[in-house]
This record gives sequence, C-alpha cells and structure tokens, in this order.
Amino acid sequence: MSNAVIRKTLVSLAVAGSVTLAHADVVIGVAGPHTGAYAAFGAQLWNGASAAAKAINDAGGIDGEMIKLVKADDACEPKQAVSVANRLVDSDEAVAVVGHFCSSSSIPASNIYEEAGVLQVTPASTNPGYTDRGLPNVFRVCGRDDQQGDVAASYIVDTLGAKNVAVIHDKGTYGKGLADAMKSTLNAYGVKEVLYEGLTRGEKDFNALVTKIRSVDADVVYFGGLHSEAGPFVRQLREQGSKAVFISGDGIVSEEFVSVAGSPKYVDGVLMTFGADPTSYAAGKEVVNQFRADGIEPEGYVMYSYAAMQVVAEALKQADLDPIKAADWLHGHKVETVMGTKSFDEKGDLLVSDYVMYEWDDKGKYSMLDM
Amino acid sequence: MDIILQQLVNGLSLGSVYGLIAIGYTMVYGIIGMINFAHGDVYMVSAYVTAIAIALLSFFGIESFPVVILGTLIFTIFVTGVYGWVIERVAYRPLRGSSRLSILISAIGMSLILQNYVQISQGAKQQGVPTLLSGAIRFDVGDGFVQLTYMKLFILCASFIGMGVLTYIIQKTKLGRMCRATQQDPKMASILGIDTDKIISTVFVIGATMAALAGVLVTLDYGGFDFYVGFIIGIKAFTAAVLGGIGSLPGAMLGGIILGLSEALFAGLISSDYKDVFSFSLLVIILIFRPSGLLGKPEVEKV
Repeated sequence: MSNAVIRKTLVSLAVAGSVTLAHADVVIGVAGPHTGAYAAFGAQLWNGASAAAKAINDAGGIDGEMIKLVKADDACEPKQAVSVANRLVDSDEAVAVVGHFCSSSSIPASNIYEEAGVLQVTPASTNPGYTDRGLPNVFRVCGRDDQQGDVAASYIVDTLGAKNVAVIHDKGTYGKGLADAMKSTLNAYGVKEVLYEGLTRGEKDFNALVTKIRSVDADVVYFGGLHSEAGPFVRQLREQGSKAVFISGDGIVSEEFVSVAGSPKYVDGVLMTFGADPTSYAAGKEVVNQFRADGIEPEGYVMYSYAAMQVVAEALKQADLDPIKAADWLHGHKVETVMGTKSFDEKGDLLVSDYVMYEWDDKGKYSMLDM
Repeated sequence: MDIILQQLVNGLSLGSVYGLIAIGYTMVYGIIGMINFAHGDVYMVSAYVTAIAIALLSFFGIESFPVVILGTLIFTIFVTGVYGWVIERVAYRPLRGSSRLSILISAIGMSLILQNYVQISQGAKQQGVPTLLSGAIRFDVGDGFVQLTYMKLFILCASFIGMGVLTYIIQKTKLGRMCRATQQDPKMASILGIDTDKIISTVFVIGATMAALAGVLVTLDYGGFDFYVGFIIGIKAFTAAVLGGIGSLPGAMLGGIILGLSEALFAGLISSDYKDVFSFSLLVIILIFRPSGLLGKPEVEKV
C-alpha cells in the first residue's frame, strides 16, 4: 500500500470522524501525541510504525493480508487516550495498537484494549504500572523506569560521586514514576536526596525552584519529566549560575529540547538515560539507511516504533491474526526486530533492558557515554 | 538571606509579567463587564510574532541588541494590537447588548480558534528564539550571592515603564478621560458625544499591546514557547486581576506583583508542589474579606 493511500485514509478519517474499514485488511492503530506540546514524539512514532508497515506490506503483508494503519491522537491526555482507544476498538476495529507514547495515556487505554481483546505494544511508555497490573495483552519494546532509575542512580553515586542530589519531577505518571524509581535506588546506595519537589507542567518559570536548588548546594539535579519543561528549567538553572550536573531520562530525547532551552549552550553537559543507540544494531542498518535516504532522522523513538510494529506483525502472523492468541504467543517466543532479538517475560516487559547514559554537547546533539 | 532576596527578585519579575497581562483582563472587564478568555491566547500569539520579528530582523542583517529589541517590540505590539482589534470586532461587537453569558461563550470560542489556528499554521512543535541578551549582575550578600540577569532587569524596567505610560494615558489624556467616562456610564458618555464603540475597540487594543509587551519579554527570557503557552499564564494573570480588584488598573499591577511574590516565596521557602494551592488559597482569603479585590470598588446595584 502506498503512502498516498495511507494519507487518503487519514484524511477521510479526519473528515468523517470514523469510517468502517474493509475487513480484508489488518487494522493497526498508531496511538500517541500527534498534536499538542509533545507532537514531536507522535511524529517519531508515526514515522517508525508507518515505515515498518510499508516494509511488511511490500513483502506480502501478514499472511497475504495488508496492514492498514490508523492514526489515533491522544495529545498525551489520559481522557483523550481513553476516547481514542474506544474509537480504535469500536469503529476502526483495530486488532492491535502500537502505542501510546505517554505512560499516563498507555495505562488507562490498556484497560480498553484488554476488554476488547486487542494486542498493545508500546514503543515508549516506561512506567512500571503499565505491565505491573497483570494484563495479558500489554507489551513494551522499551525498558522500565525502575531499570532506568537504577542506571541513573548508580551513575550519580559511582561515576559522579555526588553528595547533594536534588530530585525534581513534573507530577505526571511518567515523570514522578521515574524520579521515584531513581530516588529509591539512590537511597538504597545510602545517599539521601537534599531536595524532592514537583513543578507544574505547562509553566515556563521555574526560577523560584532553581533558587531553592542553589540554596541546598546541589551538585546533581535529577529531573523526571519531558523536554518542554526540562528546557526552560535547565536554562534558568544555568542563568542563576548553578553548575549542578543535570540528569534526566528518556523524556528529553528530542532535538526540540535544544530549541525550548533557547540555545545549545544551555544543554551542554546534560546527561540522560536512554536505550543503547537504537540505530546501532546490525539488524537495523538497512532500515536506518532507508530512513536517512527518505530524509527522516531515526532519532528517539523512531526505531522503537519500527520494532514495535514488527513485534505486532510477527505475533499476529503466528496466531492467524487472532490478537489474544498473538499475546499468548509473544509471552514464550522471540521476535527478530531492527533492534535485535526481543523476548518478553510473563508481564510483557523485555527480558533484557539496555539503558545507558548519553550526554548532550554544545552543538545540541547527544552521544552515548562509555560506561 | 541571599536566598530570600533572590526569591524576591524572581517573584518581582514573574509578578510584573502577570501584572502586564492582567491589565488586559481588568480594562476589558471595567469597560464592558466581560471576561475576555481569549486574552491568554493573544499573549500566545504575541510570542509567535516575537519569533517572526526576530527572524525578519536577522534576515535583514540587523544584529545589535537595542535595534533588535526595539524593532521586535514595535512590530509585535503593532501586530498583536491588530489582533486585539479584530477579535473585538469579530467576536464581541456583534454581541453587544446580548447577555453576558453569550459573550463569555464567544470568548471561549475565540480562545479555541486562536489556539488551533496557531497550531495548524505554525505546527504543534515547541518553538524557540535565540538568546539576545545574556550575562548578569551579581550582588554578594553574606556568604552567598543574588543574581539578577540583564534580561530580568530589562523585564522589570520595561514592564514598569509600560505600566507608567498606560497610567499616564488613562489619567491625564483626553483618550483616558473618554475611557473612564465610558467605563462609568456608557450611555451618558455616548450622549455627550463619545464614540463608545471606538473607545471599547481602543481598550481591546491597549489590552493586547500590554499582553504583547509581556509576550516579547517572556519569550526573550525563557526562549521556548508553544501554542498552548497562553493557558496557564492567562489563568494566573486573571487571578491577579481578581486579586487586585477586577476593573481597577493599579489593582491589576498590584495583584500581579503579589501573586508573583507569593508564588516565588512559597515555592522557595516551603514547597513548589503546592505553590498554586497557596496562591489560590490567598485569593480565596482576600475575597472573603474584600469581595471586590484589594483595590476594587464594590459594584453598586442601580435600581
């Protein structure tokens, strides 16, 4: 199926609100923040998933059935996530979903998918609560915040040898979950944080909080949250003369982090945990080159979404397009993806996580650190 | 000690921005008794216009800070003023004389239109402008220091000058006298030959220009913005206007400063998680004791 057809489908969906699709196709939803403040991540999801679907269709589809993608926009809002999940299940009759992006969307939506017997594979939601509730239909091809928090905490203690750690979060499911996970590992190492505070998503002025961080002489600031708050936050930290090391998680993996900070000089030296370079796998070389040839930089979650689509397609193929059987199958089998071989435990988490530390430089790019 | 002084600086600069935006809410309420919910989005539009102005100026090779800032201010204030005029013309004037509720709905609709228009035309991405003015003044206090960035200093000066000029216009000029007359009694003012429709338009334009001033200052200071940036700051500014007494010009400025200071001090000394809870509790307490705000006049029901 060509891109033009996908586009036409989307346009008609946008116009009509809902369209019953032909049953001969395998309908798969791609759910994430396609609009709103986090739309950059939605674009990553869509680029990865649609490229994978195209490659699978070009190779004959799933047992001859073509994949038809449906874009579902949750804007990272839990309420909207539930309503688009219902739409995907009821009017689009999707059998599987790649998404959502934000944990606070993936978790409420997963209940809808479970009731409807729809397979859900998220490329990005890292909150432990997504898989910890024992739903049979949920999987993720990324790590968990507790694993991510472990990596950050051991880096802070072992490599940086920091004494005064300030832990800041954005009060969201992802941000607070990540900050709490890091904090508990940090405390297990015997380091007690000097400050633990939340900021408000959507605000831009964090000067009061920054002054407070300065007053406790923090040498490390750990931030659980997304780039739209991390950008102004790190800028104001630097403007008030703090030299504390700024560490965050995979919520800031976007070049927009630099533009919201205002200048690459503010993100220089910022550290973040993220899965080992998703473009570095031998199995994904061709796909990476194809993306670059098409003018798409496979940054952030593009490759994860590609891999998530491959997992969905392979499982559906093995289970004769029955999503419930496909979920069963995934619990005991390995899948070859562009990010290497993936296998899942009984909860739907990856057996092996691959978090490493990255550093932003003064050009506004990030690269993996040797650890 | 140095920390408290630093928090005062933070609060003052945040509060003066709230004050500038609050002026738009309070003047419009004063003159036609409606809450212009699209005002936060006018501020948002001005952030985009700021970025466009800076891009245009650098396209023509203009780099020096005073010229860029002056050019950006003039361009943004003009374009945003036009937005303010058009909004009044399109969304509110046709509803003049109808119930307050329908104007309110029209305002909410205008707010949604502006957000979606910007999202579609500019994209949903986070946008940024380059840093124009960096560096800071440092005061040593005890064994710590208080840092005042040049940008913060500029914000404080520019917003106080803006408020001063506006107060002068309202109190001392003929235009200001006509505004005050229209506010007191629109019917009588029009009998005496004041074109009240024109005055109402002017008030919308003034509100939009003050929001534009805030938009330029904040955008240059924080660097990043998106199409949703007007929502929270709009609500905060509205709170400031109510706090100071909606309808009262000095009240809006005072309310803004009090809100900014209380947020900064509470976040700095107690907890940033609950600073909004504190601000709104303060609002409730003030409204219990002074139902029309700090400097507001109680509304007299005419029989």
